Amino acid sequence: MKLELRNITKRFGTLVANDSISLTLKPGEILSLLGENGAGKSTLMNVLYGLLQPDEGQILIDDKEQKFAGPGDAMAAGIGMVHQHFMLIPVFTVAENVVLGHEPTGKAGNLDLNAARKLVKEISDRFGFDIDPDAKIQDLPVGAQQRVEIIKSLARDAKILVLDEPTAVLTPQETDELMAIMRDLSKNGTSIIFITHKLREVQQVADRIIVIRQGKVVSEVSPKSTAGELASLMVGREVDLDTKKKAAKVGAETLVVKDLTVLDDRNQQMVNGISFSVHDGEILAIAGVQGNGQTELAEAILGLRKIHSGSIQVAGQDLTKSNVRQVLEAGVGYIPEDRKKDGLVGQFTIAENLMLDGSFGKPFANGMQIDFAKRDEIAEKLIKDFDIRTPSADTLAKQLSGGNQQKVVVAREMSRDLRVLIASQPTRGVDVGSIEFIHEQIVASRDAGKTVVIISTELDEVLALADRIAVMYRGRIVGIVDAKTTREKLGKMMAGIAA
Amino acid sequence: MKNVEVTPGMFSSAETKPSLKTPITLVVAAFVVLVFFGFLGKAGDISFVWSDKREAIQLPPFVVNSMLFCTFVGAVLLLIGLLSIALSLRGRRTPVWLIAIYSLGAMMALLGWLATEATQGVQMIFILGNTLVLAIPLIFGGMAGIMSERVGVVNIAIEGQLLTGAFVSAVLGTMTGNLYIGMIAAMIASGLLSMVLASLAIKYLVEQIIIGVLLNVLVIGVTNFLYSAWVDDDSINRNFPGTFEKLPIPLLSEIPVLGQVLFNNRITVYLMFILVPLLWYVLFRTKLGLRARAVGEHPLAADTVGINVGRTRFWWVTIGGMVAGLGGASLTLGNVGSFGREMSAGLGFIALAVVILGRWQPIYVTLGALLFGFTIILKVWANQVSPGIPVDFITMVPYLVTLVAVAGFAGRVKPPAASGQPYVKG
Ligand SMILES: Nc1ncnc2c1ncn2[C@@H]1O[C@H](COP(=O)(O)OP(=O)(O)OP(=O)(O)O)[C@@H](O)[C@H]1O
Ligand SMILES: [Mg+2]
Repeated sequence: MKLELRNITKRFGTLVANDSISLTLKPGEILSLLGENGAGKSTLMNVLYGLLQPDEGQILIDDKEQKFAGPGDAMAAGIGMVHQHFMLIPVFTVAENVVLGHEPTGKAGNLDLNAARKLVKEISDRFGFDIDPDAKIQDLPVGAQQRVEIIKSLARDAKILVLDEPTAVLTPQETDELMAIMRDLSKNGTSIIFITHKLREVQQVADRIIVIRQGKVVSEVSPKSTAGELASLMVGREVDLDTKKKAAKVGAETLVVKDLTVLDDRNQQMVNGISFSVHDGEILAIAGVQGNGQTELAEAILGLRKIHSGSIQVAGQDLTKSNVRQVLEAGVGYIPEDRKKDGLVGQFTIAENLMLDGSFGKPFANGMQIDFAKRDEIAEKLIKDFDIRTPSADTLAKQLSGGNQQKVVVAREMSRDLRVLIASQPTRGVDVGSIEFIHEQIVASRDAGKTVVIISTELDEVLALADRIAVMYRGRIVGIVDAKTTREKLGKMMAGIAA
Repeated sequence: MKNVEVTPGMFSSAETKPSLKTPITLVVAAFVVLVFFGFLGKAGDISFVWSDKREAIQLPPFVVNSMLFCTFVGAVLLLIGLLSIALSLRGRRTPVWLIAIYSLGAMMALLGWLATEATQGVQMIFILGNTLVLAIPLIFGGMAGIMSERVGVVNIAIEGQLLTGAFVSAVLGTMTGNLYIGMIAAMIASGLLSMVLASLAIKYLVEQIIIGVLLNVLVIGVTNFLYSAWVDDDSINRNFPGTFEKLPIPLLSEIPVLGQVLFNNRITVYLMFILVPLLWYVLFRTKLGLRARAVGEHPLAADTVGINVGRTRFWWVTIGGMVAGLGGASLTLGNVGSFGREMSAGLGFIALAVVILGRWQPIYVTLGALLFGFTIILKVWANQVSPGIPVDFITMVPYLVTLVAVAGFAGRVKPPAASGQPYVKG
C-alpha cells in the first residue's frame, strides 16, 4: 500500500505541533523519522492512526482520501502502531492484551484464550521473543512490555506499521532482532515508519530518512549520512556525540551496599546478596540486560521496596530500614526507569512536578504554605536550563512529548542538593542533543564530588559515563570492572559469563 | 539471545513470612465461640428445625445440648484456625472453602446459642429463605454497580434506580393488572434514568458523582410527590399490585431444606439465579467482557485497538440501570407487595459498598449481599427467640466474620483503574 500525508497541520492551543507536513511512504519501504524531543513525530503518527484529528490536511492510501474517526478506522485501513507509551492493560495477561479488539471466539461466543495463547507463542517463536502468554503485564519489566506491544501490532498483520521508539527499552540483541523483523516485513511488502533517537539504528535499517524540526519537515537525507550529520540536522547545531570527561577525583566511600537481598512483588529473589560501594566523585555504572534485578536494587536503595536482608549505608548513615522521605533527606536523588509510572504525575503541571520531592520544605514551601512565586521562578529556570520544550510551566506533564517528560524528571532530581544520584536509564527516549546535555550534567555532578550510580542497559551510555562498571546478571554482580573494558567482554558478562 | 533472556520467575523463591492476620482472627473468633457460647454458655437444649410442615419429606429436628454443641463447634473452629496458622507459616494461603466451613460453623453456633430453649427452635428454612429474598434487590443493585464500575463509570444513582423500579413496577403493575408488565416497565424506566447519567457523564463529561447524587434527589422528590399527590388517593387502583406467584420447581423444590429455600420462589429470585452467573460469564469469558474491562482499566489503550470507549460505557451503564430497575421491582413485586415512600431506604448505597466488599466480582458481591440479607433477618429473628438480647451487637457478628473472610481471599484485587475518570480524546 502506498501512503501519502498531505499538508498535515495539528495545533494544540497556540502550539503548532505539526506544521503542514507532507510525506509519502512507498510499499515495502522503511522510512525513518528523526527529530528532537517535541518535534512533533508522535503527534503526526497519532494523526495517521486516527487518535488525533488533524486541523488541516489529508491522509491518502493508494491515492484515495481517508477519513479516520478513530483508531478502529485506521486499523481497518491496514495501519498498525506501536505507541511510544505502552497501550497495555496492566491487569490483563499478555494474551488478553494481544487479542484485545480482535478476539478469537469459540462456538459459544466465548473468548478462546487458547487460540490467543497460541497466537502469542507463534509470533514470539517466529521472532525469537521469549514471552509467557499468561503473565500479567503489571508483573513484567518494561523491556518485556515493549515486546508485548510489538507482538500486539504484528498479530494484526498491518500493511503499514508505525513504530514509535520501539527500541527505547530493548537490549542490543533484541534491537537487532527487531531490525531483522522489520527487514523481513518490508520484504513482504509491509511499509514501516520507524521513529527512534538512536542514530545507529536509523543508519542500519532505514531506506529513507526524514528530519522534522519544530513541526516542519526540514530535510530528507539518505541513510548513508554519518551520525554527526544526522545529529546536527535534527538539532540544528553541531552535536558532540562523545562525552568528554576528566579523570575522576575519587573521594570518600559514600554509598555502601552489603549483602543486599531484595524480593519482588511475587517474592522472587530479584537481588541476590550483592555488595558494592561507590565513592564521592565517582560514577559507577550498573550494566546488564533489563530485568536482572537492577530495578529492584534501585528501588531498595530508595526505600521504595522492602529489604529482605543486608544493609545500605549513605555517608555512614544506615538507611536499611528508612522510608523514602528519610532516604531523600539523606541526600539521595533518584531518576526512575519508568517516568510515567514512577517519575511524574501526569495530571500535574510541569511546575508542580518539578517541586514534587521538595515540597516538604524550603525553597518551595514556607511552613505549611507553598511559595508559588518561588515555585514558578524555579520552574522557569529549570525549563530553560534543561531545555524542556513546552508552551509554559503550567502545561500538564502528560501533554509533553516523551523525551521532554524525561527531562522534567532529570531536571528535578539533578537540581536538588544531592550526595548520591541514582539514575536508572537517565536518557531513555531523549534526543541526541539532550543526551549530550544530560551526560554533561551527570559528569558535572561527579566532578562536584557527588556519588553517582547509573543503571543502564545501553552499553554506549555505560561506556560514555562510567568510571567503574558493575555487571548484573540474575540478581548477582558478575564482576566489577574498570571503564576500559571492551564491549565484547561486557557483553559476555551480561550473559552471565564471569570475568 | 535466548540464554541471555531473563524474565521474572527465574529466580529462586525466598522464604517469606506471609501475613498472619487472617489465621489469628480465625483463632480469636473460635475462642469467643468456645468460651462464651460453649463453656460459659447456656445450659438448655437447642432444636434445629429443618423442615416446613407443608413439605413431603419431613426431617426430624436435631435437638442437642447448647453448651455441648457450642463447645464442639468452637473446638472445630479452633482446629481450623490452627490449621490456618500452620498453612500461613508454610507460606500458603488458607483456602476459601475452609473459610466457608468456618463461617458456616460460626453461624450455626450463633443461631443455636440465641435459640437455646426457644420453643420454635432454629427455623432454618425461615432464616435462609428470608435471607435470600431480602438480598435480592441488593444483589441486582450490586450487579448494576459492577456493570458500570467495570467500564469506569461510578454509578451513585443506583439508589434512585431501585426506587424508580419499585415505584414504576408497583403502579404500572396495579394499573395494567399484569405484574410482568410492571416489571418490564420498571427496567425500562431505570434504564432511561441510566441513559441520562451515562450521556451526561460520557458525552458532556459532567462529574459522575454529582449527576448521581442529583438523580437520586430527583427520584426521591418525584416519587414522594407522585405518591402523596396521586397514588395515595386511590391506593387500591394505583398501588396494590401484590407479589408474583411462587413457582416451585418440580422435583428440585422437594429436596429437604435447600428445596424450600432455593427452588420455591418468585420469578425475581430465579432471574437472579440466571443473571449472576451470566454476568460473570460475560465479564470474564467473552470478548464483550474483555473489552468492557479494558475500557474500565485503560480507556486510551482500549481506544487504540479500535474499541469505542463512549459506546461501550453507555450501553453497560444503561443495561446496568435496567438490572437495578429489576431490583426495584423485586422489592415491591418480589417481596413487599406495594410501594412505600423512599422504600429503597439506602439499599442502593449499601449495594455500592457490597460491590467493593465483593471486589467487583459478581459471585462475591452476591455472597456479600446475602450476608446483608442474613443480618436483617437475624435481627428480626433474634428478637423473637431471645427477647431482650442486645440485637445490634449480635448483628455485628456476621460482619466481623466477613471481614475475616474477605481478608482471606482478597489478594491483589484493585478497583478498575479508570473508575470515575472521564475519557477525553486528544
Ligand atoms: N495532548 C496534547 N496537548 C497539548 N500539547 C501536546 C499534546 N500532545 C503533544 N503536545 C505537544 O506537541 C509537541 C509535539 O509532541 P510530540 O509528542 O509529537 O513530540 P515527539 O516528536 O514525539 O517527541 P519525543 O521524541 O520526545 O517523543 C510537544 O511540544 C508537546 O508538548
Ligand atoms: Mg514521541
